[in-house]
Amino acid sequence: MQPRIQTYWHELDCGFQPVAEVFEECALAALAALDPTRFTAYLDAACILGKLGRGPEPMLAFLEGWPQVAAVIKDDPLPPVMDFIRAMQKSPNGPAIAPFLQTLPAVARCQPTLALLQDYLDIARDLMTRTTGSVHGLQQTIASPGLPEFFTQVPQLLDLLSLEGLRRWTEYGIRNHGNHPERQVEYFRLAAADSRAVMQRERHGTLFHDVERRLDLYLRALWSEQEILVPYSTAFDAIRQPVPYDDKQGMRVPDVIDDSNGISGLDRYRAILAHMAGHRRWSTPLIADNWSPFQRMAVEFFEDARIDLLLMREYPGLRRVFLALHPRPEEDACDPETTSTLRFRLAMISRAILDPGHGYRDPALNETVARFHALLAAGPASTAALAELALAYVARTRRQSDQFAKIHFADTVVSYRDDNRQLWRFIEQGDEEEAFDEPRQSQRAAEPAGLPPRHYPEWDYQTQTYRPDWVSLYEALHPAGEPLKIDRLLAKHAALAKRLKRLLDLLKPQDKVRIRYQEEGAELDLDIALRALIDFKSGAQPDPRINMSHQTAGRDIAVLLLLDLSESLNEKTPAGDQSILELSQEAVSLLAWAIDRLGDPLAIAGFHSDTRHQVRYQHIKGFSESWNDEVKARLAAMEAGWSTRMGAALRHAGHYLGARQADKKLLLVLTDGRPSDVDVSDERALSEDARRAVRELAQQDVVPYCISLDPQADEYVADIFGRRYSVIDNIQRLPEKLSELFIALTK
Amino acid sequence: MTNTTQYLIKQKPFYQPQGNEIALYEAAYAARLPVMVKGPTGCGKSRFVEYMAWKLGKPLVTVACNEDMTASDLVGRYLLDANGTRWLDGPLTTAARIGAICYLDEIVEARQDTTVVIHPLTDHRRTLPLDKKGELIEAHPDFQLVISYNPGYQSLMKDLKQSTKQRFTGFEFDYPSAELEAGIVAEETGVERALAAKLIKIAHTARNLKGHGLDEGISTRLLVYAATLIGRGVAPHDACRMALARPITDDADIRATLDHAIDAVFA
Repeated sequence: MQPRIQTYWHELDCGFQPVAEVFEECALAALAALDPTRFTAYLDAACILGKLGRGPEPMLAFLEGWPQVAAVIKDDPLPPVMDFIRAMQKSPNGPAIAPFLQTLPAVARCQPTLALLQDYLDIARDLMTRTTGSVHGLQQTIASPGLPEFFTQVPQLLDLLSLEGLRRWTEYGIRNHGNHPERQVEYFRLAAADSRAVMQRERHGTLFHDVERRLDLYLRALWSEQEILVPYSTAFDAIRQPVPYDDKQGMRVPDVIDDSNGISGLDRYRAILAHMAGHRRWSTPLIADNWSPFQRMAVEFFEDARIDLLLMREYPGLRRVFLALHPRPEEDACDPETTSTLRFRLAMISRAILDPGHGYRDPALNETVARFHALLAAGPASTAALAELALAYVARTRRQSDQFAKIHFADTVVSYRDDNRQLWRFIEQGDEEEAFDEPRQSQRAAEPAGLPPRHYPEWDYQTQTYRPDWVSLYEALHPAGEPLKIDRLLAKHAALAKRLKRLLDLLKPQDKVRIRYQEEGAELDLDIALRALIDFKSGAQPDPRINMSHQTAGRDIAVLLLLDLSESLNEKTPAGDQSILELSQEAVSLLAWAIDRLGDPLAIAGFHSDTRHQVRYQHIKGFSESWNDEVKARLAAMEAGWSTRMGAALRHAGHYLGARQADKKLLLVLTDGRPSDVDVSDERALSEDARRAVRELAQQDVVPYCISLDPQADEYVADIFGRRYSVIDNIQRLPEKLSELFIALTK
Repeated sequence: MTNTTQYLIKQKPFYQPQGNEIALYEAAYAARLPVMVKGPTGCGKSRFVEYMAWKLGKPLVTVACNEDMTASDLVGRYLLDANGTRWLDGPLTTAARIGAICYLDEIVEARQDTTVVIHPLTDHRRTLPLDKKGELIEAHPDFQLVISYNPGYQSLMKDLKQSTKQRFTGFEFDYPSAELEAGIVAEETGVERALAAKLIKIAHTARNLKGHGLDEGISTRLLVYAATLIGRGVAPHDACRMALARPITDDADIRATLDHAIDAVFA
């Protein structure tokens, strides 16, 4: 150790062996980065960290990392950072100090001013105070489970999110997993699905999800291609960044693209698709086995350049985009004696082919470019012809250094080009004779019978955002029972049915309606006209409304009846002889019969839920099914259980109704209580979600209408459904009320 | 008596034949067979009929059909005047009297009960009964009925009855090939062929989107509009946005795609 450093070491007053080993190096780096006063402060801070009783890690991380932080942030960031460390030390969160310091340099690189760093510290402090728990409510005794994980992940997060995005992502985690330590850890470790989904939502750049339709239209309109676009994730693979590729399953594109060099993310997506479409149009696969990797790379560069050139011939506007995105390697950027420059040379030639104003001097390059243009002058040429030219160029400019491991990569990656996997055919699969390790069959848990789950978002009224893919909804056919039961029920209500029938006959559509007394109309209404003429002749004021016209009055209403089948339906009615379920059964049977008579398309479905992971949506009758024994059998087997998560069921029902072609789409919801579920403690949360779902339905032109059997429903049902609800107090009269209500609604 | 000359086509309309449709039409006219012309909007259906009327030297009575049109709009109606009521011939009646070619444009737009009145004129009877007036009109020997319709946008509700369809001989029109269409645009507006070819390229991008958010692609008529604007000194980007992209869609995504196509073609 230098004598000067020796003094500092004594000032530090530290006995940790690992610190002693690296101190000299750290001190030298710090001396270079800090002025003397700040250096003293640095040593003091390190000294404090050494005496926290948290082992050597915090001190080590600080000594090593701080010079980097200070080099990036010009104003002195030490006081706020030490403040925050003291706050952590006072709370039970001391163990998080080491991870905090370890990732601080990376954070500073993303947030290079004091103000931004302060914002970051505020987010972390907020997370700490809100997730640190206590047993008795007096002193904080339980450490925040998510905080250390948060610090570990934060460099990766800040790479993808803005600070505001990070704040929202953290907020979501605190809100939804604040009371569940294990889930909280998973969330902040980015191991939970919703954590990744929320992160994806908050990312900067152009999200594939937002522009998918435009890209689809682009491909179809400009390139007459119909291909599925599949996004791949760019967030979790920082070392090996995937590149776009095209295979049998579709065109693969990144899930998010940032603007670059004045080209918007959307245009970059378009450039990628155009290039792939160009390959599909003009490239023919080549046999790869006899060529070396270098030769293949050269062929790929030449072929890509040919495709780009042809694309620009087709749509000259692409030139601006391609030239802005294609790197422009400087001719003397690297030393061919020490570095492998083949890749670099190929990037140069690719640039030179696209850009007539390239200004490169190399004669071999210029001659090859001239030959290239000569080849393409007559027409699109072919992949094989280009391959020949590429091989000739590689042979001609070959250097000893091409084999070196040190390769010049800067300015050689063309971001909009795909990996050309479709360009090669391999005759031999590989050198192995047999595959010994057969792919093992993983044993998967048996999925519930029926369709795969559909995922629906849920509205979080506190943050005013959707929780993405929050609810899993399973749709299945309702089990069948004894159809005769329904027939008996209908027979029991025969008198009521007769009365309904009279009402229905009045409702039946009459196709043509004559509208008389019109000033302008299709035809002269002779009676009125003559009367007007007589008036006119006798000197009175004639009625000018002497025409009439016809109007067609048809009924075009699709109805979906959604039944709440939650546990509370098993309760007896106040009169005591029947359960609400049985009464609903009668009512629904009668309504279904009535609507069948009327000829409107009707679907019936029931729903109940057992936490957000299982919302059951049971199909009882479809729109095109007639009112037959099968439907009656399902209706007869109706059973109640579990809870009422209404939002997801409304969304699912809306998705069916939305797909119907009808003038009016009516969603009747028959329920007996407020939305609730066992995994939600906040009474308002699910009502707010249902209210949101109702609003979504209105946007799809679906009219939701609630029929509530809960006498206390007025408190909340208006919040959810607005004015579109009726409360039926006297449950005994449900059967006749329900049908009458429907008739009144659709008259 | 109606002034026949007002229905005559005075100037030769420009028409670029796509096949042997002119000869076929002349044959149909010689036998006075009713003709139906099908095809997407703006592909030259009306122009073709106009051209044939000019070529045959017959008057042409055109009726644009719409939803509110009733049988009396075609046949005629009683109007009131100072002395009582007076009969006024409708366009169909007029055409049958003076021996014109009666062209019912976009016939599916009219209500189905309306289209039935043309039936007696389109078979061997060639008569038009005016039941309200108590008159039976024998069609003039030169009279011919032509209808046009666009099978593209018709919904389930809008279709011709089989009994109507089967009274006509048919022509199916489509947008001409790129080469021909460029010729048409250049001829109509006097722009250069290279520019016309570029416009047609944009039109093809939109036609690829038919059924994916667009009910109809960009028609030849719109291309002529765009070329006219360019010919009057409007910048190609603006002219195409105004004449090609804006009119055909309100969908933001499709508009963005078309705008991009315009930028890509006019670099």
